[in-house]
Amino acid sequence: MEALSFDLAETTVRALNAELHDPTVKSYEVLHPDGAHAVAAGIDTGIAVEVRGHVGYYCAGMNDGGTVTVHGNAATGLAENMMSGTVRITGDASQSAGATAHGGLLVIGGSASMRCGISMKGVDIVVGGSVGPMSAFMAQAGRMVVCGDAGDGLGDSIYEARLYVRGTVGELGADCVEKEMRDEHRAELAELLAAADLPYAPDEFRRYGSARRLYHFTSDHSGSY
Amino acid sequence: MCGIVGLHLRDPGLHPQLGRLLESMLCGVVERGPDSAGVAVYGDHRRVPEGHAAVSVLLPPEADTSGLDATVTVAGDTTVVAAPVPVADLVARVRAAFPTARVVGSGHDLTVYKGVGHPRELAATYGLADAVGWQGLAHTRMATESAVTPEGCHPFSVGPDQCLVHNGSFSNHASIRRELVRQGVEFDSENDSEVGARFVASRLAQGEDLEKALLALRETFDGFYTLLVTSADGFAVVRDPIACKPAVIAETDAWVAMASEFRALAALPGIDGARLYEPEPGRVYAWRR
Repeated sequence: MEALSFDLAETTVRALNAELHDPTVKSYEVLHPDGAHAVAAGIDTGIAVEVRGHVGYYCAGMNDGGTVTVHGNAATGLAENMMSGTVRITGDASQSAGATAHGGLLVIGGSASMRCGISMKGVDIVVGGSVGPMSAFMAQAGRMVVCGDAGDGLGDSIYEARLYVRGTVGELGADCVEKEMRDEHRAELAELLAAADLPYAPDEFRRYGSARRLYHFTSDHSGSY
Repeated sequence: MCGIVGLHLRDPGLHPQLGRLLESMLCGVVERGPDSAGVAVYGDHRRVPEGHAAVSVLLPPEADTSGLDATVTVAGDTTVVAAPVPVADLVARVRAAFPTARVVGSGHDLTVYKGVGHPRELAATYGLADAVGWQGLAHTRMATESAVTPEGCHPFSVGPDQCLVHNGSFSNHASIRRELVRQGVEFDSENDSEVGARFVASRLAQGEDLEKALLALRETFDGFYTLLVTSADGFAVVRDPIACKPAVIAETDAWVAMASEFRALAALPGIDGARLYEPEPGRVYAWRR
């Protein structure tokens, strides 16, 4: 079936999202997003949306089961609070990509800015380039793969999320430590890289995670901040 | 929030379109600050004829400008006074005639406009679409640290041919202001952004370039800021090390543009082939004419 096309130069994001929330077809194409906010936010069925151009804030936010592909860059809050499904962008993402996301797969072809995966709660995030400072801050569950470098404060106050970084890491955040790469980690990393179509070998990466010193609040830990 | 846009044209063929392009950029950030809007245009010789100085001034109501011996143009709250004399002389002449008026811009190449109201209507009041030139910037304001008045509008232009626009707030502006006052710097307003502009102006006056001045600003100022700063030959961007205020830069062979959001850049010619990136936290980006 041919995709239904929405040209945002001629129609509103509100009209687009109303259709995506109550879809009449399985696949959609969005033209001329030109940095519009909240493009394809709130999808809750297994539809596919191809966005041709750059998007603004909160693209594909709360996605639950949809497959959203952005051929361009995305501004703050890409796939924020995603529950399931897949969001891919070919370009760079601004701050807080995948923030608080509970599930699904977020693939960023380029680099992500600061606070990528902040408070992630089960999402898988694969970044082809680098991530900025304070990424995976308070990450609670899920996996983050960074094929480039990570900025300072990676994994600050992290809980059970697993982080894989191929390049350099700035100063690690509080309670985040490098951990041994075991076979199970190589296997899940290979799966994530395959899902993102990235050619790297798991052995090129290092794993980081929680030292579990901050699991329970006590004022003894205040020196860690 | 506040919205910032700026355009530095490398291709002289685009100079006639500066105002039209800047207006489309301004319209892309209207929602970020519908309180007021300020605009600065560099290189429009109909506004500042060659060999002239121009002073932008907020005059008291019913002010009689006939004694100024200058070309006077009124654009809403802003009056532009131009005459074939050095900038400092014209500023002094305007201040002598109107001691309570606020000078909001001066230079040999620059005109600044400020006003309260809807940015779209203000753009028409300023005749922005008709502007020509090699560089321009604009700001839509959502006031946080001081009142919504024409005086509080950005850009802050406190040195010849210099402008600063700011999205964010400085938290230690009072102590930096005291230090600058101790050094003899005079202030026009209580606005925190003016402190940033005075700081940059004092550095440029000491012979530093824009890049050095902004590196010093980064070391001195606390708070949240995305800044666009322009001078007689430069265009520079800096964000604080936390970078919670948005910024996007786009570059082609024909121009460099900066805006709070991509949608302000979407209508620029050749944007599809532009190099597009978000400035890194705490890094100074500078271009020269």
